[in-house]
Parts: sequence; C-alpha cells; structure tokens
Amino acid sequence: MADNRPVIEMQSVNKWYGPNFQVLKDCSLTVKRGEVVVICGPSGSGKSTLIKCVNGLEPVDNGRITVTGTDVTDRKTRLPALRAKVGMVFQHFELFPHMTITENLCIGQEKVLGRSPAEAKAKAAALLERVGLSAHAGKYPGQLSGGQQQRVAIARALAMDPQAMLFDEPTSALDPEMINEVLDVMVALAQEGMTMMVVTHEMGFARKVADRIVFMDQGEIVEIGDRGTFFDNPKTERARSFLSKILVH
Amino acid sequence: MVKGWNWEGFFEYLTNYYLFEGAMVTLGLTVFAISSGLVLGFFIALMRMSRHHFLSAPASFYIWIFRGTPLLVQLIIIYTGLPQLGIRFTVIQSTLLGLALCEAAYLAEIIRAGISAVPKGQVAAARAIGMTESQVMRYVIAPQAMRIIIPPLGNSVNSVLKTTSIASIISMEELLRRTQVLIQEKFLVLELFVVAAIYYLIMTTAWDLIQRRIERRFGKAYGPMSVGNH
Repeated sequence: MADNRPVIEMQSVNKWYGPNFQVLKDCSLTVKRGEVVVICGPSGSGKSTLIKCVNGLEPVDNGRITVTGTDVTDRKTRLPALRAKVGMVFQHFELFPHMTITENLCIGQEKVLGRSPAEAKAKAAALLERVGLSAHAGKYPGQLSGGQQQRVAIARALAMDPQAMLFDEPTSALDPEMINEVLDVMVALAQEGMTMMVVTHEMGFARKVADRIVFMDQGEIVEIGDRGTFFDNPKTERARSFLSKILVH
Repeated sequence: MVKGWNWEGFFEYLTNYYLFEGAMVTLGLTVFAISSGLVLGFFIALMRMSRHHFLSAPASFYIWIFRGTPLLVQLIIIYTGLPQLGIRFTVIQSTLLGLALCEAAYLAEIIRAGISAVPKGQVAAARAIGMTESQVMRYVIAPQAMRIIIPPLGNSVNSVLKTTSIASIISMEELLRRTQVLIQEKFLVLELFVVAAIYYLIMTTAWDLIQRRIERRFGKAYGPMSVGNH
C-alpha cells in the first residue's frame, strides 16, 4: 500500500517550553504515502506537541519538518496553504459552533480552496453520507453527540482533499460507547490508503491498521516498530512497561 | 407658590418639533459614538492583546486615560481647554470627538473580553483547515465573540443614549440642551423635564427590543435544543 515517497519528514526536531523544559528531543520520523503511523506514549510525552508541529500549529525551535516537500519550519513558507493540504482532527472536535454541520464542511472549501458554494455543498453532502450523518446536515454542533461531532470533524478535514490526516487523540474526549463509531470511520480511511498520523491510546486500532507504531516518552521517540514486533516483542524496557500498563485490563 | 401640573403645556411640549429634533440629535450622537467607538475600539482591543509591548502599552494607556476620567472633563478639555494651545473644534466636532474617543475605550475592553472568550482550540481548528489570520478573525473568532459582546454592548448603547446629555454643557443642541432652552419660554420646568424623560425612555425601550432580537439571532446556534459543545 505504501509507496516510497515521504509525505511527512521530521528531522531532528527540538522544542522547548521555556528555558528548562524540553518537550521534543531530537525527534525524527518519516511517514510515507499511504502509511498509517500511530504515536503512543504516556501523557506528557510530547506526542500531541509532535503532531501539532507537522502543520505548524506549534513552532519548533530547531530541526526540519517537510510536508510533501514543503519546509514547514522555513519562515518564508505560507503556512495556510500548507495546512490546507493536511487535515487535522482534534481531541475536542472543535467544530465551529455558530455554523451548521454543512456550513462547517463548506467554509474551508469556499474560503480557502475557492470552490463554488454548489460544489462545496455537494462535497459536504457526499462526506456526511459517508460518515453516516446526512440526517444532521442542517443542525448545529451543539445538537450532536460527541461521537457524531467527531465524525463531522473528520468529514470537515476530508472536505479539503488532504494529502495526509493528523489525528490528535480523536477518541480521548468521548464516552466509551461512542469511541467505536469514530474508530470505524478512521479504519475505513486507513484501508482506503489515506496517509495518517494518529496520536491515540486505542491499541486495538493500532493493531488493526497501523503500519508502524511510534513510542514516545519524555519528549523522545524511544522506539519505532511495526505492529507485530511492537506489541509482541518491544525492544525497549520503557515500551514494555508502558504496554504492560495499558494492555493489562 | 404652588403652580400645579399644566396638562396643556405638557402636551404642547410633547409634540414640540424643536424638542423632537433635539431627540433626533441625541439618537444621531449615540449611533455615531457607538459605531465609531466600535471601529476604533476593535483596533485598540487588537493592540491591547498584542504580544508586542510597543502595541499593547499605548492601548492600555489610552484605555486608562479615557475610562479613568469623566466624559464631562474630557469634553471641557477638548472644547474649552485645547483652544489655549491653538487647537479649535466647533461644538459639534468636540462632541463627536469626545464621545467617540471615550466610547472606544469602553468598547475596546468589551471587545477584548469577547475575543478572549473564544476557545483557543477554535483558532487552531480554523488555522488547520488553511485559513489565513484575517479569515480566522472574520469567520471564526468574530461571530463567536459577537455573541458574547452583544449583551454588554447593548448596555453601552443604553448608557450612551443618556450620556450624550453631558454634551449640553458645551452647548451641544441635543435633547437636554433644548429642554433647558425651552424652559425660558413659560418656566414649565416639571412638564418639560418629564417630556425629556419620556423621550429618553422611548429611545432606551426601543433599543431594548432591538437588542433582544439581535441576541436571538446570534444565539440561534445555541438554542434550547443545544446540549453544549464540550
């Protein structure tokens, strides 16, 4: 599924919060086209920060990040244009509460990509159909459940026809019974060959679709493995200890 | 000597065109003060929220001065004081300037509170779909901030409707000034001031109704069906 062209390349990325706290320590990672990379690790390990650096939502202090060849860390890069090529899904959904579901899916298409309202609406309708929410097109986000909102958020990102999708703990804020409806959409997306970087604690999802698993701890990428070796035979003690804590139950 | 209440005089003044014109001037001053205050206040609010000290410090200073001194003093300084430095404004210019500058300081704080109340995640989400900073402001921050700003903004409109009467002190011919002028005719002090009070009440009540409609419009996404976002 994955060919060899890198979509996302991170080289020796370092980032500090203030002079004493280093959130990212020399992180390097390449995500190829069609690849699904899951990032896991204890809270505070820097995984959310890492994924937000990919589209420049968080600036880095040094190192290089390129997305489809464009340097995110270069000051001359127009970040809005680059971000339009990378979809992002947030822990707290972040739908625009003053817009209907359809408007949420159209605003970026119209204002950023310059699509006509008719074209944007047609695309929105097709995507809502795909995530099973056509019936809610005219509602406001506040009228939907968390799981529904997150599926809309995925559709909103997909409406931009992104080259890659970033997921920042997409199921962490959901009630347990809503987690699967969101994971199902993500699994389908992965199986269609979408390039994905996913920060999550859902190891079932990782086992099912991840091409590689990145384990982070204290700002470092400690281990990168394919799903078989990572779960059954982790190389490092830190990964082993992490897995024993989250897989026991 | 007790004169009693003069109904005839009261109705005469209630339908007096000269007074009605004064009320229209009051209305005009209010519209001008609020709209120019909003524009000026928006930029002062943005400056105030800037990370750069050379932008935020002058904005804070401005707000400190204009919120910390009475409009009455500001108007007297502009109209009566500045000519001493060779800067002359007419009564109308002084009134418009004083109201706009003063209102901008209050509205800047209201706008700043509204913008700060929009969650940071909304900005991140808007940037993530590729919006430029001005698009983020226009399509995501401003509409959500508006909903928060409208109730205190409505308060400001109500307050400015009445505050414009202060301009009578520099002989601006608004409602209060014209009321005082008419007293010289028949000395119907109580009747005239009650008429003036009625005009103010009509204007503030009309605004109340308008404000409620605006609030409903901006709140429709958050109606009774809403189960909350986070």
